[in-house]
Amino acid sequence: MKAFFLGVDIFLCLMVFLCLYRVVFGPTLGDRIVATGAIGTKTLTILVIIGFLYGRVEMFLDISLAYALLNFIGTLAAAKYFEAKGEF
Amino acid sequence: MMKTKSMGRGKYFITFLLLLSFWLLLSGHYDLFHISIGIGCCALVSLLSADLLFDSASGATHHLVIGKFLLYIPWLVYQIILANIAVVKLVLSPKLKIDPRVFTCKTSLKTDVAKTTYGNSITLTPGTITIDIKDDVLYVHALAGNFADDLLTGEMEKRIITIFQR
Amino acid sequence: MVIRDIIAMILILIGCFFFLTSAIGLLRFPDMFTRMHATGKCDTLAVLLVMTGLIVHHGINLDSFKLLLIVVFIYIANPTATHVLSRAAYRLGMQPWTKDKK
Repeated sequence: MKAFFLGVDIFLCLMVFLCLYRVVFGPTLGDRIVATGAIGTKTLTILVIIGFLYGRVEMFLDISLAYALLNFIGTLAAAKYFEAKGEF
Repeated sequence: MMKTKSMGRGKYFITFLLLLSFWLLLSGHYDLFHISIGIGCCALVSLLSADLLFDSASGATHHLVIGKFLLYIPWLVYQIILANIAVVKLVLSPKLKIDPRVFTCKTSLKTDVAKTTYGNSITLTPGTITIDIKDDVLYVHALAGNFADDLLTGEMEKRIITIFQR
Repeated sequence: MVIRDIIAMILILIGCFFFLTSAIGLLRFPDMFTRMHATGKCDTLAVLLVMTGLIVHHGINLDSFKLLLIVVFIYIANPTATHVLSRAAYRLGMQPWTKDKK
């Protein structure tokens, strides 16, 4: 089961790199924010599975809950900021 | 006057109980030190932010609404699975067969909570995302024409009306 | 015990497939609105599937409650973030991509 969790983590890291293409080369700012949010969701899953790998589930679950909150608030703040600034 | 004052107390008390149960579930330490810290923090936060949780419009039928809402969730999960299968088909087909469009959709829902639920449900169901809500007109972006037709049959709106009607 | 692990593995693998779909959709679709279709839906279901698999593997206790809490939070937060971003883009005059004008 540990090998399986490790494989899932490596696969999700590859997915993060696929999304990173959109962050770096995305034609508009909105694309970059969307891709960053997607990376945040994947990172959350990676964190939970790392907790299962190390056998410290409760600690990593708290971290990933906080990460989910920060990811959501970050997306909201970026959207509000750039809407008020008037460029996208 | 007297009644509004007692409502105000109850508001703080309900917020405090919600926050404290949340604290107890999340902390996992059940000794005197941690629980007393939790009671202090929850009292402070509920004193400061009880107005955010309960606005003036909320009525007394909350428990009824929550019960009906729990019945709505399985149907929503089924719709989400359908939505994902549709998106997977579109993404993995070798030629992109998409025909995006923006259309408007009138709704008869009144309260903010009902409109929020409707908008989020539209975002999670096949091929449509909510772009903007102005009063009672929703701007919806659809991946293809048949998804727009599915939404305009109005089945989802009927289900949400049955949840939130008094 | 073994059957439980196999069910968990199948659920997590399906979740990984949906993560792959959302990443490919993010790369293939032509504009921001259509990309949000891919990320907003597939990520949400993928998190639900992976967390359900982990709950099946781990059993019912306080940790599985927290996993469920993460799923509920993602279910509220992901569509809201999608909506806020698309509203900001639409109000600032970004025209959605259509089939005709390329």
